[in-house]
Amino acid sequence: MRRLRPLLLLPLLALLPACQAVVLAPAGDIAAQQRDLLVMSVLLMLIVIIPVMILTVFFAWKYRESNKEARYEPDWDHSTHLELVIWAAPLLIIICLGAITWAGTHLLDPYRPLDRVAAGQAVAEDHRPLQVEVVAMDWKWLFIYPEYGIATVNELAAPVDRPIRFHITSTGVMNSFYIPALAGQIYAMPGMETKLHAVINRPGEYVGFSANYSGDGFSNMRFAFHGLDEAGFDQWVAGVRAAGQGLDRDTYLELEKPSEKVPVIHYASVDDRLFDAVVNMCVEPGKMCMGEMMDIDRKGGLGLTAVKNTLPLVYDKYARRGDAVFGAGESYVLTICTPLEAEAAAVEAARRRQAFGEDVARDTPLNRVMGQGLERPGRSEPGQRFASLFSAPAASQS
Amino acid sequence: MTFEHSTSPLLGRLNWESLPFHEPILVATFAVVVIGGLGVLALITRYKLWGYLWKEWFTTVDHKKIGIMYMILGLIMFLRGFADAVMMRLQQAMAFGGSEGYLNAHHYDQIFTAHGVIMIFFVAMPLITGLMNYLVPLQIGARDVSFPFLNNFSFWMTTMGAVLVMASLFIGEFARTGWLAYPPLSGIGYSPGVGVDYYIWALQIAGVGTTLSGINLIATIVKMRAPGMGLMKMPVFTWTSLCANILIVASFPILTATLVLLSADRYIGTNFFTNDFGGNPMMYVNLIWIWGHPEVYILILPLFGVFSEVTSTFSGKKLFGYTSMVYATVVITILSYLVWLHHFFTMGSGASVNSFFGITTMIISIPTGAKLFNWLFTMYRGRIRFELPMMWTVAFMLTFVIGGMTGVMLAVPPADFVLHNSLFLIAHFHNVIIGGVLFGLFAAINFWWPKAFGFRLEKKWGLVSFWCWVVGFWMAFMPLYVLGFMGVTRRMRVFDDPAYQIWFVIAGVGVAVIAVGILAMLIQFAVSIIHRDKLRDETGDPWLGRTLEWATSSPPPDYNFAKTPIIHDSDAWWDMKTRGYQRPSEGFKPIHMPANTGAGFILSALSLIVGFALIWYIWWLAAAGFAALIAYAIFHTFNYRRDYYIPAETVQATEDARTQALAAAAATQG
Repeated sequence: MRRLRPLLLLPLLALLPACQAVVLAPAGDIAAQQRDLLVMSVLLMLIVIIPVMILTVFFAWKYRESNKEARYEPDWDHSTHLELVIWAAPLLIIICLGAITWAGTHLLDPYRPLDRVAAGQAVAEDHRPLQVEVVAMDWKWLFIYPEYGIATVNELAAPVDRPIRFHITSTGVMNSFYIPALAGQIYAMPGMETKLHAVINRPGEYVGFSANYSGDGFSNMRFAFHGLDEAGFDQWVAGVRAAGQGLDRDTYLELEKPSEKVPVIHYASVDDRLFDAVVNMCVEPGKMCMGEMMDIDRKGGLGLTAVKNTLPLVYDKYARRGDAVFGAGESYVLTICTPLEAEAAAVEAARRRQAFGEDVARDTPLNRVMGQGLERPGRSEPGQRFASLFSAPAASQS
Repeated sequence: MTFEHSTSPLLGRLNWESLPFHEPILVATFAVVVIGGLGVLALITRYKLWGYLWKEWFTTVDHKKIGIMYMILGLIMFLRGFADAVMMRLQQAMAFGGSEGYLNAHHYDQIFTAHGVIMIFFVAMPLITGLMNYLVPLQIGARDVSFPFLNNFSFWMTTMGAVLVMASLFIGEFARTGWLAYPPLSGIGYSPGVGVDYYIWALQIAGVGTTLSGINLIATIVKMRAPGMGLMKMPVFTWTSLCANILIVASFPILTATLVLLSADRYIGTNFFTNDFGGNPMMYVNLIWIWGHPEVYILILPLFGVFSEVTSTFSGKKLFGYTSMVYATVVITILSYLVWLHHFFTMGSGASVNSFFGITTMIISIPTGAKLFNWLFTMYRGRIRFELPMMWTVAFMLTFVIGGMTGVMLAVPPADFVLHNSLFLIAHFHNVIIGGVLFGLFAAINFWWPKAFGFRLEKKWGLVSFWCWVVGFWMAFMPLYVLGFMGVTRRMRVFDDPAYQIWFVIAGVGVAVIAVGILAMLIQFAVSIIHRDKLRDETGDPWLGRTLEWATSSPPPDYNFAKTPIIHDSDAWWDMKTRGYQRPSEGFKPIHMPANTGAGFILSALSLIVGFALIWYIWWLAAAGFAALIAYAIFHTFNYRRDYYIPAETVQATEDARTQALAAAAATQG
């Protein structure tokens, strides 16, 4: 067993290349605090790990069969004191570690706005964080700077010591947005928005990438992150603005298609509702946004009629990487009844309405869209409900 | 690979394009497999072994033979999984500075997926199931498991799952999604090929086997213990097996249900996990880890039992703190259901949710730490014999604490934000799975081999294997910890930064050393079989064992125990030995035994056909296969020849032969 001992030192090797080990020597305050937490937890655990390892080797050596000197107590199998110690020691350490974890997790919650840009340097009260909207695509990264009206692909820049607020989403599959020098990662997921607050403290060139496998081009889904001083950043923005092209929705839909090893692209202008549309999966003209769908659902939904409304909801038809024989592609429910049945239902509905003494003129085409689920409880004020249902999406689509 | 978009009524989407002729690596592998396979089949035919194999092994309901078959399955699949590991290491050591390595994305992505799936489902699971199958009835003084036919059926279902994974190598492709197949990537939109379908049906078929085997072993442990063996007198391995099987029964249905939902998305266009129509992929991630986290404890718990048995036996001492060991196991069993979210802290859960799951995860380290201390104090004031099982145990203790420590590091959510999905994570779980599960299995194989076959494993090659494995493991995975700190993420195929390369090369050398360790182990088996007469153990108790399995002969007779022993102590056999136990030598009664049946094999083969047909959209075959499956299951219920009696004379003759063998052995020793 003694021969094993040198091997125990191997983990310490991890500390040797600290100059290259970006996780242990980051350039951003958040990543640095995360590193500190990491180191602290290791030190706490070593309090129990090191004695255990030493004791293992020591006992293995001392109580080897050939050592007849050592005491041998074949029936000794219990000691309340010892049991107390072996349960209490790890427990105490976990209590400390748990407290640190609770505090650290809340302080370093990626959703929490920063209150300092570095140790002992609080953020200015009137500061405005740099807003960056991040879209993970197959297989490249799109960054939108709403404040500056510019966008870039596979290149990100930020001024040092200015808090950055990332809004992150993805077009098709899950990715993870990670710049080790800056801050920990957070997943980028389609139809959802995650957030990350961070700050870069040292100017320099850093690497960012996707840390969650996302398909064929995943390995090359890397981007450069420039930490720049104030002047350098302004210059960089001016440089992007000088690019001839803009990012409108058509350009976006073209960009969204799967591609690998995409070189840096600059867009001098950008559709200002683009990120919202990406999160709501409705960049494509004519698509219903998820927000609108949720709005309709919150107000009671469209009932059975909703199944007629599926085509404008389909999202993955362009993003997908091949054609499916089965699955969503081919199996829409386009209608739930034959035309004859529909007509019969309409006649029946009109008859019932008449029986209840309602205005037959209400039987407009829109009325049918209302579906069964809506009609019953609020019959007294159908007109109002109607208006609220359809005005909201109409407004947001314009 | 592109697939024909149309499907033919006869062959579904299966056609010539499905065979990977364009991948030279696969063609060569296929050629080798075909030639080797034909060779084996020819040898079996030449020596007229088909009847023997069918009658004595394939149709057996004997838990011992089924256990051995599980182990063989696990070891064969281990070679496949390891070949995948070698290919990955080679690719990652090569693909620098613009080099694409030697594997394209299509092939590489299948390899890391297959490696994970095979190592967990078709290596670790069969090996621990085999171990539990073999040992549990012997340790509790039973003649077999509760449901012997079910046991045979479970084994063949697991095997057919493995066959499906192997088939994907040469017919079509395997999933390119990572071993847990997260949607939307695994949805039909982003993975339209057959790979994910192979994944789903292989796991579903094997999952039936695993779940049923879990039920079987729970029933066995609860109902079939020898008289006197109260719960707190069960051997620790039986305790950990009980807990592991409770975890199996409680968690595998979740996996099954999750995969059913994913199949529904893929086959009939539902939207559970899709991006649109209100589906949510995060649900899948939650569900799969509600199964996935208990799964890692399913793997490690039985090995904790093995280490307990080994430490106590080779220290010549009662296990220290039996009661706290049992409670620690039970606590781990319960807590393992409260930690699943730590696999995706980075998915944007709030700080309170993350802290909760981080802290529950840390709490698990308390009972685990208590266990480690218990082994430590079992060694304390013992007389430790450093036979191979004990060496593996000490190596485990030293390796596992590091893995445990890195695990707790990952359980601190802010630290996980910088290490999640990195090679640090890869190093961590290999540290606990190799250092814990695999080292434990090697300890177990060396420990119980004499019980299963009647002769010991040769020590010299065992030592070579031991040192190669231990050194190779540290060389292969310490660099991955370092690379994790350098911000290198998992599942990468090519790299930009040349600073990483040296670490990948070291890891590659480590894998080569492990390969020597594996080879040495195979040589150890071969040498031991060749010299089996020299290594023969007639006593049935070569290690001065403490639990009941050492009370019977090696290998045990079909009926395990001629007369059911009566238990007074948790170390039952030790207790019997110290109290001057006399083997019963007469007065035997006929023994009621279950009869062999081919039904398990046939039902599983039909399941394989149904699975294959569903993967390739061969609907007529799926329907026909399913109908046949149901029909055969009903037909089997009319099989009334399910049991037989071993006549008292046969038992008498067997036991007399053992008496003579024991006397002869005692004479040569004396």
